[in-house]
Amino acid sequence: MNRIMESVGTLAALVAVGVLVIVIVSVARKGAPSLSWHFLTSKPNLFGGAGGGISNAIVGTAIIVGLATAIALPLGVLIAIYLTEFAPKRIAAPIQVVVDVLAGLPTIVLGVFIYGLLVVGHQQSGLAGSVALSIVMLPLIARAAQEVLLLVPTALREGCLALGVSRWRAVLGVILPTAFGGIVTGTVLAIARAAGETAPLLFTSSIFSNAISTDITHSMPNIPVLIFIYSEQPDAALHQDAWAAALVLIAFVLIASLAAKALLARSRRTLGQ
Amino acid sequence: MSAVPTTTPVPISRRRLIDRLGDIAFHGLTLAAALLCIVVVGAIVWKVFDLGWLSISRYRFDFFTTTVWDPVKNHYGALLFLYGTAVSSFVALLIATPLSIAIGLYLSELAPRGVRGLIASLVEMLAAIPSVVLGLWGILVLGPFMASHVDPWLQDALGFLPMFSGQPGQNGLSLLTAIVILTIMVVPIISSISRELFLSVPNELEEGALALGATRWEMVRGVILPSARSGIAAAMILGLGRALGEAIAVTQVIGGATAFHASWFAPADTLASKVAGNYQSASTRLEASSLIYLAAILLVIGLLVNIVAQVIVRRFDPARAGRAT
Repeated sequence: MNRIMESVGTLAALVAVGVLVIVIVSVARKGAPSLSWHFLTSKPNLFGGAGGGISNAIVGTAIIVGLATAIALPLGVLIAIYLTEFAPKRIAAPIQVVVDVLAGLPTIVLGVFIYGLLVVGHQQSGLAGSVALSIVMLPLIARAAQEVLLLVPTALREGCLALGVSRWRAVLGVILPTAFGGIVTGTVLAIARAAGETAPLLFTSSIFSNAISTDITHSMPNIPVLIFIYSEQPDAALHQDAWAAALVLIAFVLIASLAAKALLARSRRTLGQ
Repeated sequence: MSAVPTTTPVPISRRRLIDRLGDIAFHGLTLAAALLCIVVVGAIVWKVFDLGWLSISRYRFDFFTTTVWDPVKNHYGALLFLYGTAVSSFVALLIATPLSIAIGLYLSELAPRGVRGLIASLVEMLAAIPSVVLGLWGILVLGPFMASHVDPWLQDALGFLPMFSGQPGQNGLSLLTAIVILTIMVVPIISSISRELFLSVPNELEEGALALGATRWEMVRGVILPSARSGIAAAMILGLGRALGEAIAVTQVIGGATAFHASWFAPADTLASKVAGNYQSASTRLEASSLIYLAAILLVIGLLVNIVAQVIVRRFDPARAGRAT
């Protein structure tokens, strides 16, 4: 029985790691041939077809995700501060549940929601896409910030109180800076997640031209929707472009997650003492 | 009793005033952000139902028992997609759960200490792959592989079962491929929670069992699994929530169905994939509204699943509450 359990466990772990390797290797092998400086810096061909680049989608994704971060980061940190520093247990518990439920909602529903809120009666826009993504990011950032705020030593808080420092000065001047590293980590992970989210953008920023656009009041090209659209086409040349775009996306996501995890381990160590 | 070093009483009181006002303002600001979260969830429910109201008020619960989705006759029902959602998510969960528990055990008890951390982060990395990339791989690599290798083999071996009957398709865009993709997405969720659960079982209990002469398997079966039972249930529900709501990768590989097929080799559609796949093509207001009715069903299921999972997690271990997500 022991032997069986050990081999089953090992086999299961091997399968999971194997799938990861297979997916990454296929994306790398199929994407690498078309990946070039030209691909990253030029626009798609005017009349469709392969041979162009994805610079418009890279710019669009950067703007949409950047704006989403600008919305979600302050709100997420404020929520975390409220839950760890101010809220009585009775009130904190239900708010916590709501934050966690928000994190688990299907992202396509968030897209439909923002479609109804900002697109119906107007038009698709980069801004609508950003707001939709910020709802994806908000609970992730709030949760991460909360975890590091809880790690800030109680002695620091008590020290501030003993010195007669008011709560808001203590939080902004002492506690938040101590937790800074952990909050950055959480934010980077949320960015990595948001950069690959397609469903919230389908209804909010999916009908776009091949030009580079920096106007957030209009629909903006972006990498995930581009991959989605190309992957549904029967054109092998577009598949080629989709693979290359997927390689760009996956490289960004994996590097960001790895960097964030390394940072997290470091800030945990410094806080843990 | 202010410890602020000042020379005149006036700045002291002014500083105190700022401090007091600042505290109130800051408290209010953070509270507002927290309340905003609740408002957002409320607004999501209101807006989605509002957009779908045309269809909801017209079909009411008949929507759940109608298989037809016919833009020509302008008549819509959700049963086909409810079926696709239920089968794809539950079967994926059924495959993923034992696999994930085995991975959790391996990572917490069996793996050589040196590689534990590494393998655990590799498994978690599987969850970081964007679903659209997994879907792309699903269409172009997994689909053809399923069509040429897995499907014929399953049909040979288990063809007497209705789900493995019928001719496998050419491109592998099928319910079965969607199940495999969903399994890949759910495994990292359940296995990383299981691992944490198993690690949190007190060492004294494990060592006690071993000291009493239990083998490692007996220790796992008698000590670790029972104490993690409710946590595993919560993990399964969270995994289910993920599978039910996954739109993009499923849309890419499931093929899209217009009629009911018993065979898993045939294309199908889920609630989420129908909404995602038809995002531009709704021709009438009723069709658009019916698509959003599908999203409303998904929303209600998503809310229920997550609330149930949170309740179980909290009852089981308040300190871990929410970490699961």
